[in-house]
Amino acid sequence: MKISFQHINKWFGKVHANNDINFTIPSGTIQGILGENGAGKSTLMKVLTGFYQADSGEIFLDDKAVTISSPEDAVMMGIGMLHQDPLDFPPMKVIDNFLLGTRGGLFPNRKQVEKDITRLSQEFDFQINPDSFVETLTVGERQQLEILRLLWLGVKVLILDEPTTGISANQKEKLFATLLKLASQGLTVIFVSHKLEEVEQLCSRVAVFRQGQLVGEVMPPYDTDQFVYMMFGKSVEVADKSTFRSEVPYIKLENISLEDYRLRLRDINLEINCGEVIGLAGMEGSGQRLFLRMLTGLIRPVGGSILYGGHNFTGRTYPAFQKAGVAYLPAARLEEGLIPGMTLTEHFILSEEHHELFVNQKSAIDLTEDRIREFYIKGTPASQIEQLSGGNQQRALLALLRNKLRLILMEHPTRGLDIESAIWIWSKMKERCKECTSIVFTSSDLDEIIQYSDRILVFFGGLVSKPIDANTTSVDELGQLIGGKGW
Amino acid sequence: MDVATLTTLAGIVEYAVPVLFASIGENFTEKAGLINLSVNGTIILSAMSGFVVAMTVDSIFLGFLVGAVVGAIVAAIVAFSSITLKQSQVAIGFVLALLCRDLAYFLGAPYTNKPGLFLSKVPIPGLADIPFIGPVFFNHSLVVYASYLFIIIAYVFMFKTRSGLMLQGIGERPSAAFARGANVKALRYFYTILGGLLIGLAGPMYSLAVKIGWAGQLSGLDGIGWIALAITIFGGWNPLRVAFGAYLFGGLQQLGITLQSTTNIPIQILQAAPFPLMIFTLLLVNVGRAEWVERELAAMPEKPRIVLSKILRALRTSPPASLGVPFENE
Amino acid sequence: MSLEPRAGQTPSLLKKSTWIDFGIRLSAVILALVFTSLILVIAKAQPLEAYKSILQGAFGTTIKFTSVIASWVPLVIATSGLLFTFTAGLWNIGMEGQIVMGAVFTVGAFRIFDETGLDPSLVIFLAFLAGAAGGIFWALLPGLMKIYGGVNEIFGGLGLNFVAKTAAIWLIFGPWKRPGVASGSGTEWIDIPFRLPYIPGTNLSLTILIIAIIVVVFTAIMLKGTHFGLRLKAIGKNDKAAYILGIPTTRYFLLAFGLCGLFAGIAGAILVTSKQYSLIPDAGFGYGFLGLLVAMLVNYHPIWSAVIAFFFAALSIGNTELQYMGLNSYFAGVLQGFLVLFVVLVDGVRKRLVTKL
Repeated sequence: MKISFQHINKWFGKVHANNDINFTIPSGTIQGILGENGAGKSTLMKVLTGFYQADSGEIFLDDKAVTISSPEDAVMMGIGMLHQDPLDFPPMKVIDNFLLGTRGGLFPNRKQVEKDITRLSQEFDFQINPDSFVETLTVGERQQLEILRLLWLGVKVLILDEPTTGISANQKEKLFATLLKLASQGLTVIFVSHKLEEVEQLCSRVAVFRQGQLVGEVMPPYDTDQFVYMMFGKSVEVADKSTFRSEVPYIKLENISLEDYRLRLRDINLEINCGEVIGLAGMEGSGQRLFLRMLTGLIRPVGGSILYGGHNFTGRTYPAFQKAGVAYLPAARLEEGLIPGMTLTEHFILSEEHHELFVNQKSAIDLTEDRIREFYIKGTPASQIEQLSGGNQQRALLALLRNKLRLILMEHPTRGLDIESAIWIWSKMKERCKECTSIVFTSSDLDEIIQYSDRILVFFGGLVSKPIDANTTSVDELGQLIGGKGW
Repeated sequence: MDVATLTTLAGIVEYAVPVLFASIGENFTEKAGLINLSVNGTIILSAMSGFVVAMTVDSIFLGFLVGAVVGAIVAAIVAFSSITLKQSQVAIGFVLALLCRDLAYFLGAPYTNKPGLFLSKVPIPGLADIPFIGPVFFNHSLVVYASYLFIIIAYVFMFKTRSGLMLQGIGERPSAAFARGANVKALRYFYTILGGLLIGLAGPMYSLAVKIGWAGQLSGLDGIGWIALAITIFGGWNPLRVAFGAYLFGGLQQLGITLQSTTNIPIQILQAAPFPLMIFTLLLVNVGRAEWVERELAAMPEKPRIVLSKILRALRTSPPASLGVPFENE
Repeated sequence: MSLEPRAGQTPSLLKKSTWIDFGIRLSAVILALVFTSLILVIAKAQPLEAYKSILQGAFGTTIKFTSVIASWVPLVIATSGLLFTFTAGLWNIGMEGQIVMGAVFTVGAFRIFDETGLDPSLVIFLAFLAGAAGGIFWALLPGLMKIYGGVNEIFGGLGLNFVAKTAAIWLIFGPWKRPGVASGSGTEWIDIPFRLPYIPGTNLSLTILIIAIIVVVFTAIMLKGTHFGLRLKAIGKNDKAAYILGIPTTRYFLLAFGLCGLFAGIAGAILVTSKQYSLIPDAGFGYGFLGLLVAMLVNYHPIWSAVIAFFFAALSIGNTELQYMGLNSYFAGVLQGFLVLFVVLVDGVRKRLVTKL
């Protein structure tokens, strides 16, 4: 089925997530879609699959204009999507997952469906047992299940969103073989990924997105450098970088291994010095968050040890880390960092260590006013935190940091902020580095990573690079690593 | 087997019936992802209204109908408050539990201890004569026979039909169900009201059949609703197991009555038994999700960690994963 | 299973008070009165006559007025305790059981110290301590089950309510039964020296009034003026963020339960020493549940909760007067229930309108 996007626009508040997208995918191709986080590719796919409605523009399927108003609509029209976290029902059986949502009589014909599952399973060399419970399947198997289900429902377009995270090499091979087979049968496959090698290997055409726009379409033979340039842009001339990295080591990670449902990071070794800034780069979901939260003590590593200032902190809980001078600024500001329903003043009171019984309102308000001035927060001591803009909430988070810290861990510290605010915030952070505070941060903005880090770690699919010197690297080098090349 | 034992066993079967309807009704509601905490009040109110209506218009059928309608209305309020207004399900359910009970006691006062209608026992010809099974299972009023059918219908519906699958879907993962075309909110309304209807039937089952009459606060109905909630959980949100729980409860009740005549231990002690069972079930459900358990697991070497994780996952009698969480379309 | 109030969906029913909020709350009251009057009509009673009767019953004579205060005391103490748990974002449905256990432990202490010849005031003091211990114990149980067992405190509390009631009944019919025949009306009464005396000409003991005032003031200060109260509020609104900001959430959850249990125990002790003088099957008198209703109406405000509790107490005492109209005293529960019901619904409507605008 041929798909055509014409002048598709989608806004989320002020963010122009899809900016006049014009783009055609012919039938029977494997179309690759590349782009960083926030480039707009997920949004476009959600528009195509009915989760979002475009604000303007049209979609054509086989040259016929269509309106896709819901996910069910999309499937009816033959468009199916395999989400990164498959939308299945873990406590139920495979066969029930298949049947859920299908139209028909009150009693489904289970025997027939069982046969169908077995037949499809064999056709693609999957090993799916209709009677197993979905939660016992691995990520790769759940994907296979979802692909089978969509094919069974008769989709003519199969969209895969970052499908190879967390599946085995064997499963990946099978997946690619399946996709090639489907394309040869006339299906349209859309392969959304950040993994350059896979895209280059699998796709017969590639579209690159950046900051909401379609930057370009590329045909084989592919040039990795060109891709990286299209995805990440040119390196901005790095202004005078300041560094306060001392020669005094403070944090030592020995053979750290981390695990969660999809990822396993193994044997990370790193030493971080006083005053050093470490940037963590990579696509979201590649392990940076896991790594960062391990440094806070919120997650316990399954192997290895963490030493802060020579003391072993492995296995200790977050309060111990906090006492030792570790601070954490989460990305989800209102869910994890701030307390909706409480005022700025209340936040400042809570962030200080108080051992007395009574709250001194006057000094709390004074402190809050000081901090508002110091951090240029647009708000008053009585403002409720959720009334502040995103940028001001970020400033508030920073303002809540205590004075003597040894390690600050930040997730996306300048997301949603204008350039001046970002620069100003980093200048305040660098001041802290003068006082021997180390900083580790994650960011999707490679320019930010290069500008402010002393050293950089790139994360890709559970792999962690050796520390890269930020002074000598480039957007191109980082982009390649983020895309999986050069490991 | 002597007559006394058979009578006792028959009593167990009979006594379990209203609780069974209420628990399975709540099972439907919770399977869809909502909690209707008002069960205790609803049963008392529907028992009173069913009794009064039946007596006033001289129709047992209307008595049951009114009971069911009362249950449905109360459930509709819970649904509206929870789904549309997005208020706390605990708050609305809890206040309705108290309000409906007091309403029943207040409005039902003039009818206390008045003689009313009741369903008489209807032995099923042929089946009632089978030794042992006959007197225990087939010499009851219609509602008891209805309960047998109901257990089967509920189970088959929930696990074997297309609609039942969708019911499970909206409770387990409403976002995925939505992706498959479910109107999650409408379906939750439906199953909450359906659950309320069934809970509303339980009331008249007491006042018109199993425990005939209306005795106000001395009816002994206060507490049954909370027990039904406990049985729903203990039954792992599966009608067959819930039915088992209801019969177990009936058995404990009967045991209490029997013991009461021989010793002086009152019935309430055994009546409280479902709760330790419920707590035990909840502990089993949630162990493995607690943070300290996760940390302990992380500290273990690989092999035991994997094995233990698998065991913990298997042990879990999971509640519908989205139970109690409001659903947003985007 | 997630029944925890999430950020933005807390047990409180109104945010900051403004004139609009006041008007909205007033509409809830009006709706409640309308429906209650409807119920009265159905019960073949004249609404105005009924309301007048209630006022008579509550404030008609001095003695009745003191009865209202005597009823207010355990209610406001229970509500104050619940304010701590509500502030922390918890639903302490097990409050009734905690009061019962308070009563159980109190009576138990009296039985132990009965023949010891100790000064009665000392014995009463020890009995109160025991009651407090009983309440704290019974409140920590659902707390621990929640934190370490992941058992929602609603179901834990519900279950323990029943267990407490059962324990009381077992004691009344078993080890603590009256000499002769066990009676469902309770254990033997405690000796006269152990009963708190009433102010002459009233139904009210001065001691319990003082306790109530201390509790209310303590709660107000703790919740509104201390770091403890602020941290509790933070946990109630967003416990994840509170933890990251450095508040030891586990400790504070348990403290909230513990404080609530303490007040529950005191309330139980008061009921024993000033009202029932024994252990009865319904040892909590429903104060645990009524306290929850009062707490649901106030916006975590300790002073307002004292006011609303007084109003509820007046209703409860006043509506016994309705028997002369041929009605029973469950009417109070009806009006109280409708009030809370409409506050919940009206507040929900208001929120929805606000988000739509």
